[in-house]
Amino acid sequence: MTVHPSSAAPAGRGSAPLLAGLFVATAVLVAYGFWSLGGLPELASRHGVSIDATITYLFVTTGILFLLGHGVLTLFVLRYAGSAERAAPERGSPHASSKLEWRWALVPVLVMCVIAEGGVLIVGMPAFAQLYGEAPPDSFVVEVVGKQFEWLVHYPGPDGVFGRSEAKLVNDARNPIGLDKKDPAAKDDIYTRGQMHLPVGRGALIRLRALDVLHSFTVPQFRVKQDLIPGFLGRTQFEPTRTGQYELACAELCGLGHYRMRGFITVESQEEVDQWLSEQEPAF
Amino acid sequence: MVERAGTGVLTAERAGPTARVEEHHAPRSFLGRYVFSTDHKVIGLQYLLTAMLMALVGGALAVMIRYQLAWPEKTVVTPETYLALVTMHGTIMVFFVVSLALVSGFGNFLIPLHIGARDMAYPFLNMLSFWTVVPGCLLMLAAFFVEGGAAAAGWTAYPPLSALKEAVPGSGLGQTLWLLAMALFIASFTMGGLNYITTILNCRAKGMTLMRMPLTVWMFFVSAVLGVLAFPPLTAAALMLLGDRHLGTSFFLPGGLVFGEEVLAHEGGTPLLFQHLFWFLGHPEVYVIVLPAIGIAFDVIATHARRPPFGYRISVYATLLIAFLSMIVWGHHMYVSGMNPLVGEYFSIATVSITAPFSVLGINLIGSLWRGQIRFTTPMYFALGIISVIGTGGLGGLYLGTSTTDVYFHDSYFVVGHFHLMIGVVTLMGTFAGCYQWFPKMFGRLMNERLGKLHFWLTFVPMMAVFVLMHYQGLSGMLRRYYDHSLFEFQTAGRALNKPITYFALLAVGGQLVFLVNFFWSARRGVRASENPWEGASMEWNTASPAPHGNFGPEDPVARRGPYEYAPQDSHQEYLPQWTA
Repeated sequence: MTVHPSSAAPAGRGSAPLLAGLFVATAVLVAYGFWSLGGLPELASRHGVSIDATITYLFVTTGILFLLGHGVLTLFVLRYAGSAERAAPERGSPHASSKLEWRWALVPVLVMCVIAEGGVLIVGMPAFAQLYGEAPPDSFVVEVVGKQFEWLVHYPGPDGVFGRSEAKLVNDARNPIGLDKKDPAAKDDIYTRGQMHLPVGRGALIRLRALDVLHSFTVPQFRVKQDLIPGFLGRTQFEPTRTGQYELACAELCGLGHYRMRGFITVESQEEVDQWLSEQEPAF
Repeated sequence: MVERAGTGVLTAERAGPTARVEEHHAPRSFLGRYVFSTDHKVIGLQYLLTAMLMALVGGALAVMIRYQLAWPEKTVVTPETYLALVTMHGTIMVFFVVSLALVSGFGNFLIPLHIGARDMAYPFLNMLSFWTVVPGCLLMLAAFFVEGGAAAAGWTAYPPLSALKEAVPGSGLGQTLWLLAMALFIASFTMGGLNYITTILNCRAKGMTLMRMPLTVWMFFVSAVLGVLAFPPLTAAALMLLGDRHLGTSFFLPGGLVFGEEVLAHEGGTPLLFQHLFWFLGHPEVYVIVLPAIGIAFDVIATHARRPPFGYRISVYATLLIAFLSMIVWGHHMYVSGMNPLVGEYFSIATVSITAPFSVLGINLIGSLWRGQIRFTTPMYFALGIISVIGTGGLGGLYLGTSTTDVYFHDSYFVVGHFHLMIGVVTLMGTFAGCYQWFPKMFGRLMNERLGKLHFWLTFVPMMAVFVLMHYQGLSGMLRRYYDHSLFEFQTAGRALNKPITYFALLAVGGQLVFLVNFFWSARRGVRASENPWEGASMEWNTASPAPHGNFGPEDPVARRGPYEYAPQDSHQEYLPQWTA
């Protein structure tokens, strides 16, 4: 049992290599984990290239800082472990001049300004601009309506105009998105339950609205995430670059079925999309 | 003789040098001493013990969450119960464990001892603040037993989910109790914060200038200012949400909400308003609880590395800058909420700028070992661990603060891993470091070192494993608050880590039992501690262990130098206590 620690000084000299080992192991394992386990799902959108580039940029920069920090911590733990003789002279005075302290405050400030602000403004901004800038004029426009716990996908039909919809017209079986029959533009509209088809290589502009609570439109492969806010018409845009089927998930807690709010996005050629659309029943 | 003024002010400075604390001032009845005490040390311990009880609940909830995630096929909870577990785990841990133990518990216990005061500025308010949070805890726990179950809208309680009983079962009485409990917590925390600010500004011992205060006190001061500024908007939000729920108002509810085929009568509000109000508190709250942990790390390191902290003044300035910046970056929780992208970019630029002063603190923590004579005591283990956790979790913040990458990471397990490292592991390890360090002042005994070090290994290793693995899950695209991840193919990769994480989590929770055993065993049976067992130089070591009622004996303490005179330059002594002539 440990006695009075000050009389037992220097407490636990054997701890230095133990803790040094712990910090080295932490550094190595965390970095190795990022390297081997930190893979993102295969990319399938155009703007995603810049998002992935920003993530890679952060991997490299924060990785260096992480390893450097742990390296110095390990060295100091080993080097400055208390010795039996007090104040070993070769270590010099622990009192740093305020000049030295300010210099070492300036280093992280400059480094973080370059790394962090550079990441936001230089590396990250282009992707953000693509995601939130003006949509290409020839974009394929679809509306997604979120409700507990289902994605309703609404196409404007051949006239290219979305029909009016209203909350009081919502009928779960016959008219789940509340389209107004009296609106001529609504007649040819198409809606599906959780099935979205998008043309490959063409910008997709997704209008987002929610009927009940918050939801969030998420497709990891597209590097897209955008909340659906009741009472608010939102949007997101991206260009699918790979054909295939993708899962549409909800990222904003929306109730007990949040975990099973699943939709499907099929990315295929424009002809196939047109063909599929022509096979769908119009709303009225 | 020290008089309690009408407000209950009891200060060394004002009482003058001839002050005497007479024995009969200490209450003698059991109720007066241990229950309705106005002694800051008793209140600090009351908070600490309350937080321990709440931690048992929060930890049990964590185990149930991890069980469900590792073995969804052998489920024992329904989806709505799972959401209640997640919601209550988050709320209890952030507000009723970490805030109570670290900020309310150690803040109360340490501030007067550190600044040489005989008690807090308002002892009665202090007692009131504790007895306000107790019913808060009880209401929060009662929510488990009401119809519909506990609140299930997440600890963020975003409406409409939290506003409408149609939206989720927990949004019935459970959510009302949650809101009332939060209101009581905030009331208590605000009383505590005002008390801290007043005490630190007005009750310091003679000679205790602001720049002679230990960094822990600085951090508590900044934390209290942040809390007092940031909590009122959440109080307002909670009241408005109660209005939406029970009085038919529509602060957060727009027109045209449909549940089933019923259109609700609400009209004109927006759920986004709540998110702004919530995060206007929510982000500063992170610093309210992280800064005191960092302060404790600085003090523990100074004591056990036998040297002053590197860049004391710079750390103070950096902390003030962090506090200022933390108030203007709340929007980084809302990048994908439909916010104007230009506003998003502003929030991103401001958010990542915090990394500059924050890394100054990191450098200064590491620098505080430079040319030291490290004594590897248990509190020192935890303080060194804090450096490593900050150096891991802190950098993860860049991925989330950068708006471009947050589009991918938002609401994924990367977020869960990140905030658990920063406001879970850093704050818990700060609390533990504080317990091991100042246990002598609480009970006059030392905690067992061997059990303490075992506790360190059982805390650091499994907790790091759990939350770093969650970062990898987030990278693979796995989303949070999912009852079961097996319905989505893209979550297959992340799901594979669920079992290992659960094993590590069980180890981490089990490891805390070592602490509890050590705490209660040492309180009665630990090695008796002298006044100054760690050879500390700051003011709290200038009194008996345990510290008596009135803290400092008959003579008022005087601060004659800074709190960190280790290896003094113009003296042959190994350290110069703050109080000696």
